[in-house]
Amino acid sequence: MSTMSFSLRIWRQDGPNLPGALQRYTVHGVTDDMSILELLDRLNEDLIAQGQDPVAFDSDCREGICGTCGLVINGVAHGPKSQCTTCELRMREFRGGRTVDGLLEITVEPWRAGPFPIIKDLVVDRTAFDRIIAAGGYVTVNAGSAGEANDLKIAKPDADAAMDAASCIGCAACVAACPNASASLFTAAKIAQFTHLPQGAPERARRALRMVEQMDAEGFGDCSNHGECEAVCPKGISISNIAVMRREFAKALLGGG
Amino acid sequence: MSLDAPNRALDARSPSGPLDSRWTRHLEQVSLVSPANKRKRTVIVVGTGLAGGAAAATLAELGYNVLSFCIQDSPRRAHSVAAQGGINAAKNYQNDGDSVWRLFYDTIKGGDFRSRESNVHRLAELSANIIDQCVAQGVPFAREYGGTLANRSFGGAQVSRTFYARGQTGQQLLLGCYGSLMRQVDAGRVKLMAHREMLDLVVVDGKARGIVCRDLVTGQIERYAGDAVVLATGGYSTVFYLSTNAVNSNATAVLRCFKRGAFFANPSFTQIHPTCIPQAGDYQSKLTLMSESLRNDGRVWVPARPGDKRPPHEIPEAERDYYLERIYPSFGNLVPRDIASRQALYMAQEGKGVGATGYATYLDFAEAIARQGENVIRDRYGNLFSMYEEITGDDPYHAPMRIYPAPHYTMGGLWVDYNLMSTIPGLHVLGEANFSDHGANRLGASALMQGLADGYFVIPNTIGHYLANVRLDPVSTDHPAFAAAEAEVSGRLAKLLGTNGKRTVRDFHWALGRIMWEKVGMSRGASGLETAIREIQALRAEFWENVKVTGSTGNFNKDLEMAGRVADYLELGELMARDALERRESCGGHFREEYQTPEGEAVRDDAGFTHVAAWEHLGDTVAPARHQEALDFEFVTPSTRSYK
Ligand SMILES: Cc1cc2nc3c(=O)[nH]c(=O)nc-3n(C[C@H](O)[C@H](O)[C@H](O)COP(=O)(O)OP(=O)(O)OC[C@H]3O[C@@H](n4cnc5c(N)ncnc54)[C@H](O)[C@@H]3O)c2cc1C
Ligand code: FES
Repeated sequence: MSTMSFSLRIWRQDGPNLPGALQRYTVHGVTDDMSILELLDRLNEDLIAQGQDPVAFDSDCREGICGTCGLVINGVAHGPKSQCTTCELRMREFRGGRTVDGLLEITVEPWRAGPFPIIKDLVVDRTAFDRIIAAGGYVTVNAGSAGEANDLKIAKPDADAAMDAASCIGCAACVAACPNASASLFTAAKIAQFTHLPQGAPERARRALRMVEQMDAEGFGDCSNHGECEAVCPKGISISNIAVMRREFAKALLGGG
Repeated sequence: MSLDAPNRALDARSPSGPLDSRWTRHLEQVSLVSPANKRKRTVIVVGTGLAGGAAAATLAELGYNVLSFCIQDSPRRAHSVAAQGGINAAKNYQNDGDSVWRLFYDTIKGGDFRSRESNVHRLAELSANIIDQCVAQGVPFAREYGGTLANRSFGGAQVSRTFYARGQTGQQLLLGCYGSLMRQVDAGRVKLMAHREMLDLVVVDGKARGIVCRDLVTGQIERYAGDAVVLATGGYSTVFYLSTNAVNSNATAVLRCFKRGAFFANPSFTQIHPTCIPQAGDYQSKLTLMSESLRNDGRVWVPARPGDKRPPHEIPEAERDYYLERIYPSFGNLVPRDIASRQALYMAQEGKGVGATGYATYLDFAEAIARQGENVIRDRYGNLFSMYEEITGDDPYHAPMRIYPAPHYTMGGLWVDYNLMSTIPGLHVLGEANFSDHGANRLGASALMQGLADGYFVIPNTIGHYLANVRLDPVSTDHPAFAAAEAEVSGRLAKLLGTNGKRTVRDFHWALGRIMWEKVGMSRGASGLETAIREIQALRAEFWENVKVTGSTGNFNKDLEMAGRVADYLELGELMARDALERRESCGGHFREEYQTPEGEAVRDDAGFTHVAAWEHLGDTVAPARHQEALDFEFVTPSTRSYK
C-alpha cells in the first residue's frame, strides 16, 4: 500500500495565558500502521534536526489505558474513530479524507476547557480531576484491615456493571467534547462504580455530595444532556451514569443515603 | 579475569528458622515508632505505581508525613495502569491444590533458583492479604455467577490462582491504590508532587536524606528533604528502546542512586515477553503486549515446513507445528516466558517464522472459539482483541494473531535486604525497581503481587525499624549536600542543551536499543557482549559530543527529559552487558549461548553462580566492582527446571 502525505495544522502556544495559533507542517511517507502520535514523533524529529522547537504533546502507555494522551483531531476529541484513544488512532483511518494541495489535511488542537489551562502547545493541566477524586472517589479502608475476600459475594452482573463504570481512564475527552465543559461523565463514573458494590456504602452520601461540590468548585459546567461525552469516550462509558450521579446527589441532599 | 571485588559482605538480613514463620517472627522483632514520633517523620516516596502508591498511602495511614512524586500529571497514570492479565494469590479458591508453599515453589523455580527463599516465601504469604485489601477497596475483580471471585491460569503454574479484572487488572488495582492515596492527600498527610522527575539522591552523613527534582511543567529545579527515601520508580526495559513499557518509564532514579552508592543487583536479568505484537516499521515508538492470559485459550504454532508462506487458513492441521505443545507436553502453551520466547526465536531462526518479516509466530483462538463460543472468548479477552485489531487492522476472532517476543520486565534492580533497604541506609526500594523476588525470570501475574506486597505490607512494617534505630540530625535543603547535588543536576542539563550537535536523542536511543536487542537480548554470547560494551562506550562518548537537544530548561521540554534518560540508559546498558558477560551460566531469562544442552535448554552453573551479583559504582572512569550475595537453599533443592 502506498504511503500518505499530510498537511497538519497544529495548535502552538508557548505557555499558559500566552497567545496561540494554528501552524502548518507537512509530513511525507506516512504508513497505515503508524499511530498519530508516531506521526507527531516523526514531525518532531524533523523539527529538532532543523533546530526548531518540537510540538509539545504528552503520552505514556501508548496503548489506550493511562489516559495521558488526548488531542482534538479535526474537531473531535480523540479523533474520528469511536472508542479509540488518540494514541491508538492509526493513520489508515485518514485515507480518503479531506485534502489541500494534494495533501491529506488534519487539524490538531488541545483539550479546551476553562478548568484545564494550556501548559504548552497540546498539553493541558488536568489536576482538577485529581481533586475531584480526592473529595471522595474511594472506599475508606486502611491497609491491613480487610476481611476475607470471598466472604463478600457480589453478583456477576453487579461486578460487571461496576467494572464498566470503573474502566474510565481519566483522559478528560468528555470535558473537551462538552459544550459546557462539564466533568459529569468522569465524576459520575466513579460515583456509579460504588453504587453497584457493597463496599463503601456507608460513605455513599458523603461521596456524592463532596465529589459534585468539588466538580462545581473547579469551574466545570453543568450537564445539559448533549451526550457528546459518551460519543467521544474511548472506553464507552455510558451517559446513564450521570443519571445515577444525579440520583445519588439528590438523595444525599435530602439527608438520606 | 574476574571483576569480583574482595568480599564486601552483603548482609541480606534474612531471618532464620522455619520458613513459614520467618515473616511473622520478624514482625514481632522489628522496632516500632510511636504515633507521636511518626508525625514528626517525613518519608519521600518516589513513584506512584502499585508499589509507590501503596507505600505512600499506607505510610500516611500510619501517620507519617509523606511526599509523593511521579512523572505523569497524575498518580493514576503510573505505568502499572497498563498491566493486563492478572495478579496471583495463593487463595486456593479453585480447590485445585494450591497453597502458599506451591506459590512459593513455583515462583522460586520459575526464577530458576536465583532468588532468596525468605523473600519469596513472604511474598507468597502476603498474596492472599492483597486480594482481601483490593476487594475491600472496591476493585471490581471478575466473579462467578455465584458471586465468588473468578480465577484464570498463567504460565509456569498448574493451578488456577490468577485474579483479574477483564484485561485491565493493573488499571483497576492502581485505581484502588490511587483512591487510597488521594484519600490521604485529602486528609493532608500526603503532599502530591506530580509532574516531577527525580534527578538525584541526596546523601548526608551516609544516609539518604532527600532528592533533587525537576518540575516538568515549569522546569524549576527543586530540593526536598526527609528522614527516609522510598524509591518505587519501576523497571528499565526502555533501555531496549522498543519495549512494552510506557514511553516515560525510565532508569534515571535507580541509576542516579547507583552512582550515589546503592548497589545494582543482577542488571542483566531482563524478561523478554513471548506474546507481543511484532514490530511493523522503524517509526514505531513501543511494542504492545498481548497478555499472557491469552495462552490459556490460544495455541501457539508455526508452519511445520520452513519457508511456508501460505496464509494461515490454507495450512492444514497436519502441516502446522504447535511447537510448545510438542516440546513441553505437560505445560504446553503455558510454559514460563523465557522458554516460550526462546522457542519463538528458534522458530524464526529455522525459517518457520510468519508475517512480513518472518519474526512472528501465530497465536490461534480458532479451537477455543469453536469449543466455548465467541462470546466466552470476547468476555475474557475482548479488550485485548480490539487492541490487536486497532493496531494491526486484523480481526483475531477470524485469523490467528501474529506475536513475537519483546522486552517487558526487569528482574534486576537496586539491591535490597529483607527490609527492602538498599546499601545506602535510609534508601528503600520497592516494586520493579528492586531485584528482590523474581530471580532470573518472573512468572506472569507476579509483578503486581510483588509491588502491592512491598507497598501495602512490607515497607510499612520495616521502615519503622530503620527510623527507630537510626540517629538522624535535622537536615534542611540548605545543607551543602543539597547544593552540590543541585549543581550537578543543573550542570548536566546545561551540558545537554549546550552540546548542540547533529544527532537527535531518539536516534541515540534507537541505536542503543539495537545493540541491546541484538547482543544483550534473548540470546547472549561472550564475544557479542564484549562488542556491545565497546559499542555502548563509543555511543556514549558520541552522545556527549554530538547530541542535539532543543528548547530551554525553563519550561515543559520533552526533548530535554528524554535526553537525560537516554544519557542514563547509555550507562546502564553497559552495566547490563558487563553483568551478562560475568555470569557464565544460563539461567531464566539470561541465556548464554555457551551454556546450553544439545536441545537448546539453559544450563545453570550452581557451583559457580548460586549468588546475586551486586555491582558497586566506583567512579566514571573505572569499571564497577562486582560483589556477591550467596543464595542458600535450605528448603528447596535447585533442580533443572523441567516443563516437559
Ligand atoms: C504492558 C504490561 C502488562 C503487564 N501485565 C502484568 C500482569 O498482568 N501482571 C503482573 O503481575 N505484572 C504485569 N506487568 C508488570 C507490572 O505491570 C509492573 O512490573 C509493575 O506494575 C511495576 O510497578 P511499580 O510500582 O514497581 O512501577 P511503575 O508502575 O512502573 O511506576 C513507576 C512510578 O515511578 C515514577 N517514576 C519513575 N521514575 C521517576 C523519577 N525519576 N522521578 C519521579 N518519578 C519517577 C513514575 O512516574 C511512576 O509513578 C505488566 C507490564 C507491562 C509493561
Ligand atoms: S498514551 Fe496512554 S492512553 Fe494514550
